[in-house]
Amino acid sequence: MNAIVSASGLRKRYKNTTALDNVDFRIESGRIVGLIGPNGAGKTTALKAILGLTDFEGKLDVLGFDPRTQRDRLMEQVCFIADVAVLPRWIRVHEAIDFVANVHPRFDRAKCEGFLARTKLTPNQRVKQMSKGMIVQLHLALVMAIDARLLVLDEPTLGLDILYRKQFYQSLLEDYFDENKTIIVTTHQVEEIEHILTDLMFIRDGKIVLDADMDTVGERFAEVMVGADKAATARSMKPLDERQVFGKSIFLFDGADRATLEAMGEVRRPSVSDLFVATMKGTYA
Amino acid sequence: MKTFYWMVKREFWENRGGFLWAPVVTGVVFLVLNVMAIVAAEVMRARNGIEIGGNNFRVLIEKASSGDLAQVGAALDMTMLSSMALITFVLAFVVFFYCLGSLYDDRRDRSVLFWKSLPLSNTGTVLSKVFSAVILAPAIAVVVGIAVGLVQLVIFSLVLSFHGINMWELLTLAHPVRAVISLLSSVPVYALWAAPAVGWLMLCSAWARSKPFLWAVAAPVVAGLMVTWFGIMGVFNLPTQWFWSNIVGRALLSVFPGSHFAMDKHAFRGISEGLGEAHNPLALISPTQTYAVLASPNLWIGVAAGAALIAAAIWFRRTGDDS
Repeated sequence: MNAIVSASGLRKRYKNTTALDNVDFRIESGRIVGLIGPNGAGKTTALKAILGLTDFEGKLDVLGFDPRTQRDRLMEQVCFIADVAVLPRWIRVHEAIDFVANVHPRFDRAKCEGFLARTKLTPNQRVKQMSKGMIVQLHLALVMAIDARLLVLDEPTLGLDILYRKQFYQSLLEDYFDENKTIIVTTHQVEEIEHILTDLMFIRDGKIVLDADMDTVGERFAEVMVGADKAATARSMKPLDERQVFGKSIFLFDGADRATLEAMGEVRRPSVSDLFVATMKGTYA
Repeated sequence: MKTFYWMVKREFWENRGGFLWAPVVTGVVFLVLNVMAIVAAEVMRARNGIEIGGNNFRVLIEKASSGDLAQVGAALDMTMLSSMALITFVLAFVVFFYCLGSLYDDRRDRSVLFWKSLPLSNTGTVLSKVFSAVILAPAIAVVVGIAVGLVQLVIFSLVLSFHGINMWELLTLAHPVRAVISLLSSVPVYALWAAPAVGWLMLCSAWARSKPFLWAVAAPVVAGLMVTWFGIMGVFNLPTQWFWSNIVGRALLSVFPGSHFAMDKHAFRGISEGLGEAHNPLALISPTQTYAVLASPNLWIGVAAGAALIAAAIWFRRTGDDS
């Protein structure tokens, strides 16, 4: 498999904090990677490094380019939506399309207009007259019409209502994603992207604390609902996390033996958000 | 090249208000005021029964010597150029604030992240903004100024023709073609002369985390005050005034078209001979006059400083990381 992004010994320090602390990772082609971490963990810094928007130490290879020095050429193959509503407020829909069509060699105008035909946006509308959700629709239409190999999404649905959020990820999956494309996404609304991810990366205090594909996550981690009588046994097996629901205890295990767990109670695959909370325990303490 | 064209076009879209509508509105207001003045004068004349010009004027023109006719031509040229003066003044403010905002506004509203998501080089981005400031905006202003000037000329001639003066005869006395060529040819000189100010303002725009205006104005002025206070220029055997006009003035006021007349001694060379020709205002802006400044080291040192400042602005644009 060919790596789209490979980083080794990636470091970035701001004045008095370490945003990235000797990070190594590889992202393969055709994956949807969720980069998830608490606020200030280094997610955005990692994305900025990949996009060549910030300086860093260590080795980073994105599609064969060094993002620090070959940014202009890299950006022909990479797209990003950084945060919501960053389109310039003065631009009109048709101006945005004209501009991107003429400066981006891999932009497909007809495709973009096709996407926009499904929305309420009109060619003469200005970004400043749009709601946040409409701005994202426009941005997404522009980005999806670009035949890029890597798409980076940094909190793309922050502040959108649930209709726009669902539509956003649905369009990405239906109209954009294929085996030649790779998507890296960060978000706090983990539940929404859980089912579309192929890979999961947890980042905490500038370190990658979990880097696995979803199948491995399902095999490694298990959640067991245990009655009060067996709680002590479960506790002795060093669970990652324990919480109480309706008088029963739910334990989260990393790499525990399946058969043993099934003997204690009902075994489930943990949700990403529960896994996240368990992994990040004590972050802000 | 195509990318550069579209980047300049983007600047025009974003700044249509300043680049196009500001000079157009200024010109139209100027014309309206003039027409109102003419109407007022006509009404006065009709009420008081005074015959201004009229037959007397025609007789005057018929009897006029060639020197007097040149004076009439100069007056007509003056009318044509007066609107340009006003538009030029507006243009200076447009360019000043355009440069200050050019690399700052998109960082403030975070749309820089959108521009940086496209395969555009930082150098190209900054240069397209420099081009818009020193070529595109002045060129539009000049074209609008010429149009307004010609309309103005026609209005005046029409009014005079109602008083029995041959409009076409009058128009031949003016020099519209010469005015157009002079104005258009002054744009490249303006670009060179404005370079240090454009560079300085864009550097502040690329570098400042907030309030670029304050930095751009306060830094040179405070430096000037320090220099004045401690008499630093004495070390170089130069008067304090030198710092104010060559550093502070060039960094901030060079965006005003024609400011080189005030700031550069070479610019005034030959004006007296030029004006000798019937005191025609066109002599002031004739290509030989404007291009005389190319002989001035002040201009070329400014261009070099401007280039260095723009290079620094590009560097800050690339490394700027506050989003």
